[in-house]
Amino acid sequence: MLGKLDWAAIPFEEPIPLIAALVVFLGMVGLFAWVALKGWLPYLWREWITSVDHKRIGVMYIILAMLMLLRGFVDAIMMRTHQTATLFGEGYLPPDHYDQIFSAHGTIMIFFASMPFMIGLMNFVVPLQLGVRDVAFPTLNSVGFWLTASGALLVNLSLVIGEFARTGWLPYAPLSELEYSPGVGVDYYLWAIQISGVGTLVTGVNLVTTILKMRAPGMGYLRMPIFCWTSLASCMLIVAAFPILTATLAMLTLDRYLGFHFFTNTAGGNPMMFVNLIWAWGHPEVYILVLPAFGLFSEIFSTFSSKPLFGYRSMVAATLFICVVSFTVWLHHFFTMGAGADVNAAFGIATSVIAVGTGVKIYNWMFTMYGGRIRFDTPMLWALGFITTFTVGGMTGVLLAVPAADFVLHNSMFLVAHFHNVIISGVLFGAFAGYTFWFPKAFGFRLHEGWGKAAFWFTLVGFILVFVPLYVVGLQGMTRRLQSIPVDGWAPSLLVALFGVAVMIAGAACQVIQLFVSIRQRDSLRDETGDPWDGRSLEWSTPSPPPAFNFARLPHVEDEEPYWNIKQRAIEGQPPEVPESYQPIEMPKNSPTGFVSAFFATLIGFALIWHIWWLAILGMIGAYATFVVFAWRDEAEYEIPASEVERVDRERLETRQAWYKRREEHA
Amino acid sequence: MSGAAGSSTLPSDISARSGEHDPYRVGRHGGHGHGSTGSGAVGPASRYVTVTYGFWIFLLSDIIMFSAFFAGYAVLSGATAGGPTGRELFELPRVAIQTGLLLTSSFTCGLGSLASHRRDMAWTQIWLLVTGVLGAAFLVLEVQEFAAMIDEGAGPTRSAFLSSFFALVGCHGLHVGLGLLWLGTMMAQLWLKGFRDDILRRLHCFNLFWHALDIVWVAIFSLVYLLGASA
Amino acid sequence: MAGRKALGGALPLLCAALLSGCGRGVLDPQGPVGEGNRQILLNSLAVMLVIVVPTIIGALWFAWWFRASNPKARYDPTFTYSGRIELIVWSIPTLTILFLGGLIYYGSHQLDPRRSLGPADRTLEVQVVALDWKWLFIYPDRQVATVNELRLPAGVPVRFRLTSASVMNVFFVPQLGTMIYAMNGMESELNLQADHVGQLYGQGAHYSGAGFPGMNFTVHVLAQDDFDQWATRLRGGTAVLNAETYAELAQQSHDVAPFAYSQVQGGLFDAIVRQVLPPARGPDSGRGGEPEIHPQPLDASICTTPVDVSRMDFDFDGRG
Repeated sequence: MLGKLDWAAIPFEEPIPLIAALVVFLGMVGLFAWVALKGWLPYLWREWITSVDHKRIGVMYIILAMLMLLRGFVDAIMMRTHQTATLFGEGYLPPDHYDQIFSAHGTIMIFFASMPFMIGLMNFVVPLQLGVRDVAFPTLNSVGFWLTASGALLVNLSLVIGEFARTGWLPYAPLSELEYSPGVGVDYYLWAIQISGVGTLVTGVNLVTTILKMRAPGMGYLRMPIFCWTSLASCMLIVAAFPILTATLAMLTLDRYLGFHFFTNTAGGNPMMFVNLIWAWGHPEVYILVLPAFGLFSEIFSTFSSKPLFGYRSMVAATLFICVVSFTVWLHHFFTMGAGADVNAAFGIATSVIAVGTGVKIYNWMFTMYGGRIRFDTPMLWALGFITTFTVGGMTGVLLAVPAADFVLHNSMFLVAHFHNVIISGVLFGAFAGYTFWFPKAFGFRLHEGWGKAAFWFTLVGFILVFVPLYVVGLQGMTRRLQSIPVDGWAPSLLVALFGVAVMIAGAACQVIQLFVSIRQRDSLRDETGDPWDGRSLEWSTPSPPPAFNFARLPHVEDEEPYWNIKQRAIEGQPPEVPESYQPIEMPKNSPTGFVSAFFATLIGFALIWHIWWLAILGMIGAYATFVVFAWRDEAEYEIPASEVERVDRERLETRQAWYKRREEHA
Repeated sequence: MSGAAGSSTLPSDISARSGEHDPYRVGRHGGHGHGSTGSGAVGPASRYVTVTYGFWIFLLSDIIMFSAFFAGYAVLSGATAGGPTGRELFELPRVAIQTGLLLTSSFTCGLGSLASHRRDMAWTQIWLLVTGVLGAAFLVLEVQEFAAMIDEGAGPTRSAFLSSFFALVGCHGLHVGLGLLWLGTMMAQLWLKGFRDDILRRLHCFNLFWHALDIVWVAIFSLVYLLGASA
Repeated sequence: MAGRKALGGALPLLCAALLSGCGRGVLDPQGPVGEGNRQILLNSLAVMLVIVVPTIIGALWFAWWFRASNPKARYDPTFTYSGRIELIVWSIPTLTILFLGGLIYYGSHQLDPRRSLGPADRTLEVQVVALDWKWLFIYPDRQVATVNELRLPAGVPVRFRLTSASVMNVFFVPQLGTMIYAMNGMESELNLQADHVGQLYGQGAHYSGAGFPGMNFTVHVLAQDDFDQWATRLRGGTAVLNAETYAELAQQSHDVAPFAYSQVQGGLFDAIVRQVLPPARGPDSGRGGEPEIHPQPLDASICTTPVDVSRMDFDFDGRG
């Protein structure tokens, strides 16, 4: 009846995950009860859960990402403390548990923290920057989000029911085969990633279509804000790379469930094929993560230097260059598998060639600052922290691309330090920068600067304190994923890294406090004009938060920085055109399709993990029924009356006008 | 595009001065006078265009997924682990019939699309039905083939070669099966709701999907069956 | 400021680590391959530091000098494109990569793991099998084998042939340089040489499951005479490694204390590579689908069971 599921699946003998999960569970129940008692459930259902508004979905993505970021961070803290503890004794995590934790840490941070954060920012910002009202497929967007959330739920469920994979974040075969991992851990991994992968894929398709086919009148390709360009590149990579992941994990699933022999040791299976296929996705994946961050840093450098981006076309070229070359470098993840010298050299050179694109970007950011009038608000601090530390991370990356050097650094803590160096300073700093930068646009008030700056400094210093020692200990020969430390000489570095973790915890605490303080002080932090940073692209021309329809009339774009030019003209005394009449606007109707299909996806995933076949079939029927119901609806859109559009737009114009006047008086 | 053409006709000295006046254009136009490149002059594309365009992109990604399975097959096609090879297993006549069925179904699918352009309900439904029947026949033959192979002890668990064969061909078969489900649903919808815009868009997407499956099948037919039977 | 901190933090720490001899790391090589690795590493680092350091300093200086509160800095919002700067901006990284590309090409050929370090007759062959979770080293010339302990003669080129009994692993002795994967059903090759007598730390460098952290071993580098003596002495023992004892050895066990086999069945390594000896089993599946891993410390008796070796040499078409 319940497949492999029985009481033994719950790890009563391991108190740490159980208590953690209990606390989280009680917290969620408490939150739910609180929301229900306040009578907010209908609001939540109507305005958020079923929302197909790209801004709401973007915000929900980011909330999910931040929760998962905390979960992944807790894993990281446990790994660092445990490893250090084993210097003095047994540590507190048995191998079974420790191996799950580093696997979960990587999986969560990549798939459920970094990806949703970047996709959330893209979702929120791209349509606003393009000057349009929503993405190409709003309901599909909601489906994408909820499927990602479903994957995250499954990963967290593995804490209490069963176990998570103990194979690392990429389940290298044959370790991940049924023979060597007979538990449900790898199955949790597979189904969670497949389900959220479908979500990511539809989001990629959606945003590519949006960027290529839905732009405000006059916005040619070379007038798109750079963030849209990098989002386009990132989403094209999603469309081209995620199917490879889907296929690879499907093959592993067939091996595990139906006894196929893709990657097994026996019957002709080829484990090296797994490694090749997974990295054919895996290397583009890092650019999927980091390209949007490059774009938003470009926006930030330009905005806070009060200058247009330097060498815009060069930046576009560099982005596309990275996008293409990223598919030709996967072998550098396994130079040490004994490919020939020529193959290694070719892939080593291809890998370092990617650094040219990144190098160009760094110089263009520098020259964006050159001749600027730089304001050091929190987003700009993150950007500066990024440009300096990322350069170091990029350098160590190129070092690892030199096969002869990689021969002694592969799989070492040096490698761990390298990819944390680039992912934290690239993606995480980017995520925080984007979060601070666009928060006022989403909610109508800024985040508290003081706490933001504190968070930045603690995070930066902690980050350096953690990962510089890990570089060192990697050079000392320490390999990754060690549950206990066999060499005493590694202790000093690990102790410094532990101290760094404490500093990073302070940074994370500041981040959380910042949010609470900002909400409490929202009245004094109010962004009245919709343009809190003296922005340059179209999203700042909308009120904060923007109305559901974003733009009362689609803006006519005549150059690269449409909003900046409108603003300059307004400051010079030419009032912006006020439309004489407004048209009613049709917007997509909210739909529970995303939520319901994710519910069934979770059910199917859980059922397949535990071999509860009837439930899986039931879930599939449910999912099919959901789509039929969705397809059967007669009205996909509702109309916002012209009077409402007019009211919102007039209000926006008046606040703007007042602000321009104030500004003129000051000047 | 008309705006772009307009600006290109401006005398060069005015362009230069306007560049001075509006400094933020500097260096972004490359001096060729093209105000904007790429589409975008007209604003967001119509729903029909975005839907089919998005579906094209999805199909591309689907084809990339197939190519991963093809790559797997290419790597493992020699790994028979002492088991039967393609030459011993593949029955080309059966595969030829399958190919005929699928290609014909694409043709009838196209006829259905033409009928739908004429808003001819009866013929649209008839052609879609024929498409479905041909697709189902294709699937029956494939299931028979699989069943026969498994009976002979040449199932996917026998060797890596057979694993990759069953996965690749089965993945295509799964697509055909899902396509049939989609087709049935859509025929019912068309019957009940008539030629509505959104239904026509979906019909168009279904056409694209069905033709894409043909392309994949042609690749399977030639790379797996023909090469396998001759090797 | 951030970057200055980065460097400020990095440099003293790095220096401290380097000065203290780097705790037997890859920067303190004990053989020609490791020295080659280190040389390439440091050269590449130097090439990149030449542009990375000025870039970081430049970025921070630009940011500081052009701060809004600096009245001396010229505000020039029209400075958004310069063909000359773009040319430089593309050519600096390109030139660096060209330069580095040379290093990459040279290094990967010079340090190709398959490149032998001396004439074949002077080269010692060691066969390495990664097991769950210990290392087996077979010395085919001497017909002896060790577990979790590697003995090498100093100054002699060594040719390692590696495979795995089950999952992937990586053989890595940081101070000897280059590491290489060991995979079931496949054979990889690695040439190394230890220059000086002493003890080195070796480890598995690819996570392979629960017993992974115990997969480290000591490399005893001995003078050639001592090595010969050791091997000869070992030959006098009774512990035999053949198909049967191998099957027992291949069972999952962790934290295995080093021990040795006095006789090794001929062709055993090839039998593992060709899967004549089947891949080692994984853990048994237990309740709720959770694997029960109760790896026992290895039973010492298997090393002492006398078996007639000559009876069962593996023979592969005369290649055995």
